[in-house]
Amino acid sequence: MDIPYTVQARPDTGLYNAKVGIWLFLASEVMLFGALFSSYVLLRVGSETWPQGLLNVPLGTINTVVLICSSITVVLAWASLKLKDFGSYKLYQGVTVLLAATFMVIKSFEYRDKLTHYWVRLNDGTEMTGHIEGKPFNWTKATLSKPELGLTEIHFHPDPVPAATGAHADSEAAHGHEGAAAHESLTIPVSEISRLESFGPWRSTYLAIYFTLTGLHALHVVGGALVIGFLWGPGSRMWRSDPERLTNRVEVSGLFWHFVDLVWIFLFPVLYLL
Amino acid sequence: MSLKAFHILFVTLSILLAFGFGGWELVTYSRTGAGMDLFLGVASLAAGVGLVFYLRKVIRKLKGISLL
Repeated sequence: MDIPYTVQARPDTGLYNAKVGIWLFLASEVMLFGALFSSYVLLRVGSETWPQGLLNVPLGTINTVVLICSSITVVLAWASLKLKDFGSYKLYQGVTVLLAATFMVIKSFEYRDKLTHYWVRLNDGTEMTGHIEGKPFNWTKATLSKPELGLTEIHFHPDPVPAATGAHADSEAAHGHEGAAAHESLTIPVSEISRLESFGPWRSTYLAIYFTLTGLHALHVVGGALVIGFLWGPGSRMWRSDPERLTNRVEVSGLFWHFVDLVWIFLFPVLYLL
Repeated sequence: MSLKAFHILFVTLSILLAFGFGGWELVTYSRTGAGMDLFLGVASLAAGVGLVFYLRKVIRKLKGISLL
């Protein structure tokens, strides 16, 4: 027995089954991201200070370009199937998967940059931000005490002291050691360090909401890329048996992909620029 | 809403972002004088113009496909 309306639209809704399903799913996604965006707004307006200039704008820009290009290729893949051009479909769908992978690679560089960036407080109360020589990943005070590392001191490169004016003056990252010259290396005995934290989600409210929003978005990118990859690979065999249904599946995956891209179009200015 | 309609909406918002970001970067450049800000500003405005032409082409090419 055939399931009705997998290819043809239902007369009452004007939509085939999968399109109704994806829009119901996307409605729930809007609520999920909407709740997180609302949390961001409430946290920000309720905060006396808010870090700016913490994120790498050029990298964020490249990722925005990558996602916009991927939304174009996903539409080109769907249009190719509509024009019965299976070869072009395979090309555009494959490029979409590659662009998704590129986005994730760039995102991983950004995350690594945050988790190798440190805030340190010394026993005399001095606080500074910067990088530890060798850019170790996500160290804490407890890591410094590990006997296998045999650390007695660290070489710390404080962030440059910010200019007195400008959008980046309030940046948490730019609050370097008072009087320290840009990129000057300081040797700090481990015994003088009272706290050490990387710029992970535990560091501040801003970083918590940054990692939550971008992490959830990245999971959606991975999920979307898996589906698009499946429709590019084994799923494309349906072209021989039921081409109309494959075309509908590609459209539905494209709708999800556009939603993921649309979320980023809002995330980028909110997190990187404002 | 079909993929065509969603794509038109998405590209329209991308155009707004491109012009907004381009303007933001040029304002930042006027304050910092950093070459990267100038490059990003000009490139973003150019990308916005490119997307406008792309949108016009998409609307013409997909004329036969329903918005639903």
